[in-house]
Amino acid sequence: MLTAVSPAPTETAPPPRSAPRRRATVGVAAAAGLLLAAVVLSVAVGTRWIDPATVWHVLWHPDGSQESAIVHDVRIPRTLLAVAVGAALGLAGAVMQALTRNPLAEPGLLGVNTGAATGVVVAIAFVGTNSLGGYVWFAFAGAGLLSVAVFVLGGAGRVPTPDRLVLAGVAVDAVLSMLIWTVLMTRPDSFLRYRHWDVGSLTDRGYDVLGQVAPFLVLGIAAALLLGRGLNALALGDDAAKAVGARPGRIRLAGMVVVTLLCGAVTAAVGPIAFLGLAVPFAARLLVGADNRAILAMSMLIGPGIFVIADVLGRVVVAPSELQVGIVTAVIGGPVFIALCRRRRVGVL
Amino acid sequence: MNAHLVLRIGPWSLRLRPRTVVVSSLLVAAALALAVVNLSTGDFPVPFPDVLRSLFGSASDGTAYVVRELRLPRVAVAMLVGAALGISGAIFQSLTRNPLGSPDFIGLTVGAATGALVVMLLLGGSGLSVAAGALIGCLITFGVIYLLAFRRGAQPVRLVLMGIGVSTMLAAFDTLLIVRAKLEEAMEAQRWLIGSVNTSTMVEVALIGGALLVLLPPLVRYGRELEMLSLGDEAAIAHGIRAERSRLVLAVISVTLAAVATAVAGPIAFVALAAPQLASRLTRAPGANIGAAAAMGAFLLTASDWIGRRVLPLDLPVGVVTAALGGLYLTWLLAGEWRRGRQLL
Repeated sequence: MLTAVSPAPTETAPPPRSAPRRRATVGVAAAAGLLLAAVVLSVAVGTRWIDPATVWHVLWHPDGSQESAIVHDVRIPRTLLAVAVGAALGLAGAVMQALTRNPLAEPGLLGVNTGAATGVVVAIAFVGTNSLGGYVWFAFAGAGLLSVAVFVLGGAGRVPTPDRLVLAGVAVDAVLSMLIWTVLMTRPDSFLRYRHWDVGSLTDRGYDVLGQVAPFLVLGIAAALLLGRGLNALALGDDAAKAVGARPGRIRLAGMVVVTLLCGAVTAAVGPIAFLGLAVPFAARLLVGADNRAILAMSMLIGPGIFVIADVLGRVVVAPSELQVGIVTAVIGGPVFIALCRRRRVGVL
Repeated sequence: MNAHLVLRIGPWSLRLRPRTVVVSSLLVAAALALAVVNLSTGDFPVPFPDVLRSLFGSASDGTAYVVRELRLPRVAVAMLVGAALGISGAIFQSLTRNPLGSPDFIGLTVGAATGALVVMLLLGGSGLSVAAGALIGCLITFGVIYLLAFRRGAQPVRLVLMGIGVSTMLAAFDTLLIVRAKLEEAMEAQRWLIGSVNTSTMVEVALIGGALLVLLPPLVRYGRELEMLSLGDEAAIAHGIRAERSRLVLAVISVTLAAVATAVAGPIAFVALAAPQLASRLTRAPGANIGAAAAMGAFLLTASDWIGRRVLPLDLPVGVVTAALGGLYLTWLLAGEWRRGRQLL
């Protein structure tokens, strides 16, 4: 999926901007093509194969047939959710890496996943909720509360720096995950439900879940795309950023809020998804260079492409059963990440 | 700062700082005292004199059984595992020159967990075979990470990166195993993943004790080269150290200790991370303090076991307590830095 990497820039100075532009254009075209193909496959492929012509027909003329019901009630909401989640995670990762100026930063480091998990455990064990739609609000509330705690702890009254936030995230994460396990170990029935949420899966998520998180995802995605200029200023270092008229503190705060919004909504909807937020911006940077606006746009294309493909693969490899998308993402992402790290000198941003 | 104690036996010599010796001895004493408390308390309380009597062989059968068969293995495993994790963390943090570099950081614990889960859930094994699975899983994972990271020497940064990549895949596999397993087996596996010394027997004591004994001579031999290595490869080579070989030997010692500790007690969080740092805060000595870190690890784990058993109303696995304490420790670091108004990172 990353075969579109064009050859490394040559030693002779290319005409200004044209080479990166061409590379970016090729990259964008390839990523858009990938996404389109992924979406088509996602609607067509499953336990029951529906050929694209039928898909196209029932898409516009829902006729009450079984195919039509599968396409409209199952596959389309699932694909829409996968696209939204992939875009959100790609963007959140890109923002996170730009804020920390560290190519290995992952949005999950802020403790959002553990916060959401705590919310879900409370919902399962103490409130008795047992629908996926019911978990969403608890997960979102947990993620939000925990982010505030991490901000307060890591910021210590000032505008927090990302490094300290990560440390605070690790600290809170350790304490909470042990609380979670203590609760789950004493309640086998809660554990039974929790372990299925904890994998990260798109199964059985319909329009209800999509509708619950859509406002947050749309808001977060729009805000992330607007952050590009600010993140570019931040990459110059705080002093230079101030000199060009940006306010580093505000940009950081806005960035953290966007990451929390996106990751909170994603985890609430599908459970914790590892690795996508780390690997997608990493790949985007290889394709389009250092401009954060381009990285954000590219991440928004690559993220859903990979995520939807991972979901399709998960439906195919162990058919008629399903492999959860969270697992497929990690299994594909791991080797790609290793290959990237071995090939390139991994520096700080 | 020249007031060092120097031990010489034939061609061998060992240099010790007095403060380090005092701190380590105090930690060991505290750990032993807590161990005796752990031996004496429980559903069947045993007075202190009887504890000592049953340890040295002249108590009534019932008391001796409770102390020696039921409680001693657990207490001994906690101390030895703590010491092993402390040593392992001290070596790794010095090798990677990163205060967050502990064996769990580069994914070794995940490898051990995968090994254990495969044995538990796929092969249906239990007890010792689980420990063997964890040990093998951990060592294979380290081998793979080291080979992937090896390009004209294994640079610590690349080691960490490869660790992240490999452990992500293994963690996904672990999750898959747990989701697919039957509920009771999954609970069992999850309980193992938290880390606990509740079910330790003398076999586990022998395993971890044996590993420590076997690795002690190479540890003493190569441990002092850590200081040279921390000066950078060129400086170390100029001091007559074979940098790549020393690093490999030290890494293997560290990994083996972590692997055996995990095999015996499950992946216990944070001890390998926190013990060396707490130890060097107390000893105020530069560089890796392997001995002090071992003492601190033993103390931390014994104390956590005591907290898990006695302070809280339910018998918590020790892994829960160490993780909670580790999290609080990090929180305390952050808060202290806030008070003093300076940056940690």
